[in-house]
Amino acid sequence: MSTTLYDKIFQAHIVDEIGDDALLYIDRHLIHEVTSPQAFDGLVQKGRKVRRPDLTFATMDHSISTRSLAIDACGPANKLQLQTLADNCAANGIELFPVGHQKQGIVHVMGPELGLIKPGMTVVCGDSHTATHGAFGALAFGIGTSQVEHVFATQTLKQSKAKCMKVEVTGARPLGVTAKDIILAIIGKIGHAGATGCVIEYCGDTIEGLSMEERMTVCNMSIEAGAKAGLIAPDQKTFEYLEGREYAPKGADWDAAVAYWKTLKSDADANFDVVVELAAKDIAPQVTWGTNPGQVIGVNQPIPAPENFSDPIDRDSAVKALKYMDLKAGQKLSDLTVNHVFIGSCTNGRIEDMRAAAEIAKQGKVASHVTAIVVPGSVTVKAQAEAEQLDKVFLEAGFEWRLPGCSMCLGMNDDILGQGDRCASTSNRNFEGRQGRGARTHLVSPAMAAAAALAGHFADTRDFVGND
Amino acid sequence: MSNQTNPATTGISVHTGHVVPLNQANVDTDQIIPKQFLTSVTKSGYGKHLFHDWRYLDLHEQEPNPDFVLNKPEHQGASILLTRENFGCGSSREHAPWSLDDYGFKVVIATSFADIFYGNCINNSLLPVKLESTEIDALFEAVAQDPACQVIVDLPQQEVRFNDQVIAFDIAVHHKNNLIKGLDAIGQTLELDSKIKAFEEKQPAWKY
Repeated sequence: MSTTLYDKIFQAHIVDEIGDDALLYIDRHLIHEVTSPQAFDGLVQKGRKVRRPDLTFATMDHSISTRSLAIDACGPANKLQLQTLADNCAANGIELFPVGHQKQGIVHVMGPELGLIKPGMTVVCGDSHTATHGAFGALAFGIGTSQVEHVFATQTLKQSKAKCMKVEVTGARPLGVTAKDIILAIIGKIGHAGATGCVIEYCGDTIEGLSMEERMTVCNMSIEAGAKAGLIAPDQKTFEYLEGREYAPKGADWDAAVAYWKTLKSDADANFDVVVELAAKDIAPQVTWGTNPGQVIGVNQPIPAPENFSDPIDRDSAVKALKYMDLKAGQKLSDLTVNHVFIGSCTNGRIEDMRAAAEIAKQGKVASHVTAIVVPGSVTVKAQAEAEQLDKVFLEAGFEWRLPGCSMCLGMNDDILGQGDRCASTSNRNFEGRQGRGARTHLVSPAMAAAAALAGHFADTRDFVGND
Repeated sequence: MSNQTNPATTGISVHTGHVVPLNQANVDTDQIIPKQFLTSVTKSGYGKHLFHDWRYLDLHEQEPNPDFVLNKPEHQGASILLTRENFGCGSSREHAPWSLDDYGFKVVIATSFADIFYGNCINNSLLPVKLESTEIDALFEAVAQDPACQVIVDLPQQEVRFNDQVIAFDIAVHHKNNLIKGLDAIGQTLELDSKIKAFEEKQPAWKY
């Protein structure tokens, strides 16, 4: 029978069948300070141990300062959380990349750059953006803390089979249209909950043409369409990215691994439960106007009117979103003043994102009313950017250049916005209060964020392309 | 504080309670429990921060918002949350069900739930009930007519009953069994240890 890539990975990890469900073996478990302490505590209460500390890796990312390497820089509660992670990792023999460590970074940036994530793996983390790792053809999904404890104790998870959605993007990308614009356009098309209960496989020549970092951006936001995970079949580009990385197989092991990885693709006649098609030529640089990632438009489109939504729930959501965002239907985004810009996060904190933002940043100065911060996704990204002197480009243009972490994506540290602040953000969520109570978040690509910083309002990056 | 990661003692069977009608879709976990309350390393004490941004007019939780449904006098003491589609979307934070449970909710009824949140509810003995939108409409209407309307959620029978209405709901068999028996999911899996070991022994050396 013909099978999808998702079917193949699922099947290869079944430890036991339980009715219609399966007990799946988990190959890689990534942890951080926010969703793990209660799971470690649960183990202690039951006298249990971490079964495979060798398959488990920890980093500090959510609660850390981007201005200081001190773990108490953001107060005693954050310090306790970070210290608890360090203590738990030490007690259980788990490798930890703490603040200041050369391998430290946002969990979904650090994992791939070390070669910890390989095609065909099952990967979990107590963080919804674990979907990022699907860019490698790994089945990767976010879990809750009870499940973190379950994986600690058993290295398995009980799972129901999800439906499979194929999202096919075809054709040449217009100049200035990024991976972030592609995923935002997909979410805009299928809706904020459009892929609930599904694993999405992204395919088509546009997706194949994306770099590994761009593929990570696309898969990262699968959860923003409600999907359990996102997947892209591994190819030569995947293998080239992995070869030579610290945790990638070497020598004969490499050859054996690649031979297996090459089998990881959906059969040509595989059946998908849902098929969605997009033409890349129809995608413009995207900006969200509302309070969920599906409320998104092209930069030159007017903000939509609630009465134009046929679904009553969408209409009500639009009314509420416009009120929270202090926007009016028909308004142009270029008329919208932003006073904060955030470039970073697990969606857009990689080296290619830094380069794309710097390309724009070098064309001007940050507008006087804008505070703009650039937060690399990992120590490695920061070092690479500095080797390319991108930090100098940002600093000369008036951006702040910070230490790596999750930062203003969710503001568990002191990078938060105030009431009424309006931010062009490269992160993944524009929910009410996400970046600070009463703050207004617009999701954009790194290039769009940099352009907004210079212009002081949203601007079409295509106007900057090719300029020097 | 009533929840445990793997409840081993208390199961859910038939719950009778009053309803808080939260009439909106796409309620994300950032709303259920905002990030500033996630720095705790324990599972307790989140209930007072539940829906913080909507529930309080100030940052210090001194001024309840009289317009927010949770603060209405007629909905005090309710143990069933009624909402619309895609409840619990966004961040995977299990602090969301911990805060709903700590506040006193035993059941959440919605048109649909986000996947991670749904699993988190099951693991914390908080019963997530999925109903059709017309059925949800009927329940909103009943609570609007009579906020003290008694709603019975019968897990063994898979029924929601109120006034003269009986509405059936679906739930996976293993979820139902674990909720009713209050089983320790980890304990169950550990009984399969020999199968886990056998799986591990089959894996090629280059895999990890």
